[in-house]
Amino acid sequence: MDFLLANPALLIASVMVAATPILLASIGELITERAGVLNLGVEGMMITGAICGFAAAVGTDNPALGFLAAAAGGALLSLLFAILTQFALANQVASGLSLTLFGLGLSSLIGQSYGGLNPPRAYRLDIPGLSDLPFVGRAFLQHDLMVYVSLLLVAGVWVFLNYTRAGLILRAVGENHDAAHALGYKVVLIRIAAIAFGGACAGMGGAYLSLIRVPQWTDGMTAGAGWIALAIVVFASWKPWRALLGAYLFGGITVLQLNMQAAGVNVPVQLLSMSPYVITILVLVVISARSGGAGAAPASLGRIFHVTQ
Amino acid sequence: MKRRTLLASAAALALASGAAFAQDVTKVGFVYVGPVNDGGWSQHHHEAAMKMKEHFGDQVELVEQASVPEGADAERVLTQMALGGADLIFTTSFGYMDPTINVAAKFPDVKFEHATGYKTADNVSAYSARFYEGRAIEGFLAGHMSKTGKIGYIGSFPIPEVIRGINSSYIHAAKVNPDIEISVVWISTWFDPAKEADATQALLDQGVDVVLAHTDSTAPLAILKEKGGFGFGQAADMYEYAPEPRISSIIDEWAPYYIERVQAVIDGTWKSHNTWQGIGDGMVGIGEITGPVPAEVKAEAEKMVEDIASGAYHPFTGPLNKQDGSAWLADGEVADDGTLAGMNFYVEGITGDIPQ
Repeated sequence: MDFLLANPALLIASVMVAATPILLASIGELITERAGVLNLGVEGMMITGAICGFAAAVGTDNPALGFLAAAAGGALLSLLFAILTQFALANQVASGLSLTLFGLGLSSLIGQSYGGLNPPRAYRLDIPGLSDLPFVGRAFLQHDLMVYVSLLLVAGVWVFLNYTRAGLILRAVGENHDAAHALGYKVVLIRIAAIAFGGACAGMGGAYLSLIRVPQWTDGMTAGAGWIALAIVVFASWKPWRALLGAYLFGGITVLQLNMQAAGVNVPVQLLSMSPYVITILVLVVISARSGGAGAAPASLGRIFHVTQ
Repeated sequence: MKRRTLLASAAALALASGAAFAQDVTKVGFVYVGPVNDGGWSQHHHEAAMKMKEHFGDQVELVEQASVPEGADAERVLTQMALGGADLIFTTSFGYMDPTINVAAKFPDVKFEHATGYKTADNVSAYSARFYEGRAIEGFLAGHMSKTGKIGYIGSFPIPEVIRGINSSYIHAAKVNPDIEISVVWISTWFDPAKEADATQALLDQGVDVVLAHTDSTAPLAILKEKGGFGFGQAADMYEYAPEPRISSIIDEWAPYYIERVQAVIDGTWKSHNTWQGIGDGMVGIGEITGPVPAEVKAEAEKMVEDIASGAYHPFTGPLNKQDGSAWLADGEVADDGTLAGMNFYVEGITGDIPQ
């Protein structure tokens, strides 16, 4: 497999770029689900973030403002879901699905006049001396800043969930909202914050697509990335570092099979494309076998919380 | 049983009301595989539909449905359109072929036109464009413009239309540069900008410097613009990426055909047919050749466009062998439409296998 030896640095660089949008979206959804809320609207929040970010970046000629606008757009949209599920006590699955449909339509509406435009270029990391290192530099140290932001975010979420009091409270809400409520925690407020965080991350993931990975605005351009992010959360069994692993695995296999094809290696494309999903199913089976059917999902995931109950 | 009767009576009712209106307004439906602003395939069908609507004004009522997945969902959409009183429905992607045939069997009075397929029925026409004629021009330009001697082709699905495009591109690139290599990447979708971008990046990483895309979005051109290399507009002119990386394009000209067929329905002269039109008929357009293409190469390419249009030159002219080295076309022999329509093999010189 001389193609791997020829260009491993380029391959690693491509994998990191391909994985970043789904990593951002899945780390946001991970927090939402750890708070006990199942938001299936990731796809809709991503695409809304993609157009909000694109519009803001083109309007201000500043990619950083684009990402901020994307986070704001995604969070704002997710608040719609929060109102439906936290105040109106609507079914989370149905609300999430409709959020996806709504997001796709809304982004299409906002994006009507943005086709064919070029966004401003994002800042790239350039550490004198280090970024020009032969292998490490090209593979790891020449990316746009969002790649590193996403990695920091994973580390931050891990610290938050495992080493902070706030993280512990969030997990308590996700595991048993009645107990958390009895202890005096504001279940609904905490969940709304978690939902908004998930929306902001998904929005940034979408903007990464429209500003860096593709870079252009096209209707429906997320093309299912939000659903992959949801699968990654399950694959990760709701743990941040495993989400990183999952995103790089999902992104990596896509890029790897495209590169192998480009290099003329005969690969069973269909088998490789479905392998991450097969692994996800296997992970689910292993988890539930190990824990005697209980699973690793937060115990209150998807359940409606009402104070009087 | 009860439900079926209900459905049938609803259909009869819809058809009856459709017929009552037929004197004044002809209802024409369009189904697209992608969004109507994908910048490529679906957008071009949509724009042709709008031109058709403009041509007929109030005589025609237009119904459109975008981003319809190929498969069971397409049948639902088509059934709904037929029940809604459509007189003529255009289904504009290869994967709608079987759904179109199935739904057409249930609505014998509704007329269907399916793009790029090969199945027909009494009320189903097939129409397609000879895109491989345009691919010949692109291959020729790619052969000239590639410095690395490697060109890339992003394929959606291994169907005859795409395989014809790969073969035609390669044959004409190899005429210019016999050592040219073509890398084919299959991405199993018509529309996924991120995947199209990744595939372009993967090709560039392997030393490819001219990319021909057979997918619907402008993502490959966006990557080429940023990273360098040349590409082509696909389905639409994509002139926003000219003068480079886009150095020419294949433009689908559907509007004249749509106007002709809607007119036939209005006149009551519509008949099922299977048509395949090329540059000469005006269904395939070649966009302006731009960028750093040398003047003599440009002139030669334009001459080739004329020759194909006039019928003086056929892009599949022998001697040509199949990939395994077996003889296909003798010297001067021209491929027949039957073989082209069902093409499932690479010509000699292309490496790699067609996924099964």
